[in-house]
Amino acid sequence: MTGLDSTKFGKYGGQFVPEVLMPALSELTEQYEKYKDEPGFNKELDYYLRDFAGRPSPLYHAKRLSREYGIKIYLKREDLVHGGAHKLNNTLGQALLTKYMGKKRIVAETGAGQHGTACAMAGAAFGIPTEVYMGYKDTQRQRMNVYRMELMGTKVNPVKSGSQTLKDAINEAMRDWVANVEDTHYLIGSVVGPHPFPTMVRDFQSVIGKEVRGQIMEKEGRFPDSIVACTGGGSNAMGIFHPFVEEDVDLFAVEAGGTDMKVTEKEAFHSASLCTGEDGVLHGARTMILQNKYGQILESSSIAAGLDYSGVGPELAYLAETGRLKPRHSGDAEALEAFHDLSRLEGIIPALESSHALAYVKQAAASGELGDIVVVNVSGRGDKDLETVRGMMK
Amino acid sequence: MRIYEKFRQLKARKEGALIAYICAGDPTPEATKEYVTALVRGGADIIELGLPFSDPVADGPTIQAGIERALAGGMTPDVYFKTVASLHLHIPLVVMTYYNLIFKRGIEKFAKDCVSSGISGIIVPDLPPEESGELDEVCRDNGIDLIFLVAPTTNEGRMKNILAKGTGFIYLVARLGVTGARADVALSTKELIERVKTKTPKAVGFGISNGRQASEIIAAGADGVIVGSAFVDIIAKGGDVAGKLEALARELKEGTRSP
Repeated sequence: MTGLDSTKFGKYGGQFVPEVLMPALSELTEQYEKYKDEPGFNKELDYYLRDFAGRPSPLYHAKRLSREYGIKIYLKREDLVHGGAHKLNNTLGQALLTKYMGKKRIVAETGAGQHGTACAMAGAAFGIPTEVYMGYKDTQRQRMNVYRMELMGTKVNPVKSGSQTLKDAINEAMRDWVANVEDTHYLIGSVVGPHPFPTMVRDFQSVIGKEVRGQIMEKEGRFPDSIVACTGGGSNAMGIFHPFVEEDVDLFAVEAGGTDMKVTEKEAFHSASLCTGEDGVLHGARTMILQNKYGQILESSSIAAGLDYSGVGPELAYLAETGRLKPRHSGDAEALEAFHDLSRLEGIIPALESSHALAYVKQAAASGELGDIVVVNVSGRGDKDLETVRGMMK
Repeated sequence: MRIYEKFRQLKARKEGALIAYICAGDPTPEATKEYVTALVRGGADIIELGLPFSDPVADGPTIQAGIERALAGGMTPDVYFKTVASLHLHIPLVVMTYYNLIFKRGIEKFAKDCVSSGISGIIVPDLPPEESGELDEVCRDNGIDLIFLVAPTTNEGRMKNILAKGTGFIYLVARLGVTGARADVALSTKELIERVKTKTPKAVGFGISNGRQASEIIAAGADGVIVGSAFVDIIAKGGDVAGKLEALARELKEGTRSP
């Protein structure tokens, strides 16, 4: 069900793409299947994850935050991975695969710029020319990330169509891939898009959860009661959840509640597609989508650019439907509060994305829903958000 | 009118088909009626009328802009079917749209709306044969052609499967990439026409903008040409849009007559 033998997770997933891309998807599936368990490929990937990315990332017992929120909290410190987010786990895997497939160029989309930055790093490390599409609005609110990418030799193309955010950047990157499919790999940044991307990206990100398994056993002698991760497309969530799907651990996917949980015909004031979306097809996959009654995709909204997406990975839609995963949401204001809590109490400035997961822990700890021990994925660091937060606090 | 009847008619006259695309509602639903009429006057054999979707990944900047204008002008699937029903065309009309709009309306209802408004075929650029099972069945039950695309990257195995499924005509994607007008007819287009071996008519789209190209493509063995961006570009530029649409349709139609 969740392997490469099927293109779907239950009814979700699939390959809803133009014919021109189908052969590339088959090729990618074949090549990924060939290398995913191949010792040479894995040895090289492990080397880069360790010596370049700085893995394993620590699992840190946040004592002061635990006291404040009233639950024992462990933080998975993906914010300490090179580049400041979990994104590099996936880009190293796919860039290495690009090299093994003999493709000469990488294109990618980016929302907050974290994935684009991670692409730029991997592209530079492997010497593969890289181009990143980024919504114009996002280039404005994440200027430093644009500059970082450019420093590492990546070309950043601002996208001025549609809502000028992540979904439009994906559209544009897909168009580039359609036009250049023979020599180009599309390095998708989340567990979204057509098969095999959701499976492949999940696998590359699973290093997060695999490490947590060993680390929590060492510290607690047991698995946590719950794991909480923020969810936009869902790659940090699937990365930490996947190795625990078969275990007795509650999984909470926290979406961005934005300023309000309401929607109009054209836009949503949040990005909570698992919580409030409807079954549909977007960016190559059947999944839960923010859409109007006609099936037009709504513009989503969040203080965290990396969560600002109208869809969600198909496997998350499937796990939510079967009840294995619990979709939740926290809003801009709650995320900001948690951002300050962690900074002040622990000396760790989290990304606004990760702050949504922390905000939910704060909200739910008292109810007992999360049990006694919770692991929170701190998917990234907040340096990129300082300008945004400062602006909002004025 | 069914698509096969039109191609049979044209074959008897030794002509290729001109399949003309514009996006419904670009820039208003009323304008669409006027523009379709102009295309028919100019000699279009089949009208391909886009039903605009918010995230058209298979379309280039020209058609994307048309889609954005149409959505801003209030085009919805409900308005679309009403507009089509009021056209009363004597030639086939096919709807081109993305799968989510069909899925959301309900596949059965979408097909019924096509039948009652006089639509003969459906083109869904993000629905490869692997995902088309349900729509395929409903189309067959309702006598609607489901038109599939083949691309230069389509390998022999896929080609066989697509040719076995496709009805109405086979849509040959002339080159890698998204829709948009180009200056020359690539060699790969001619090769693709030769590779597609079927009795179903073959129509070539993507990048055709003048009569000479249309003529070359028919001469290379295609049964029709599909032109979109060049028409949408006329709408974008404004002025005497209907007059210019008719004139370009006439030039292209002339091209399909004299290979």
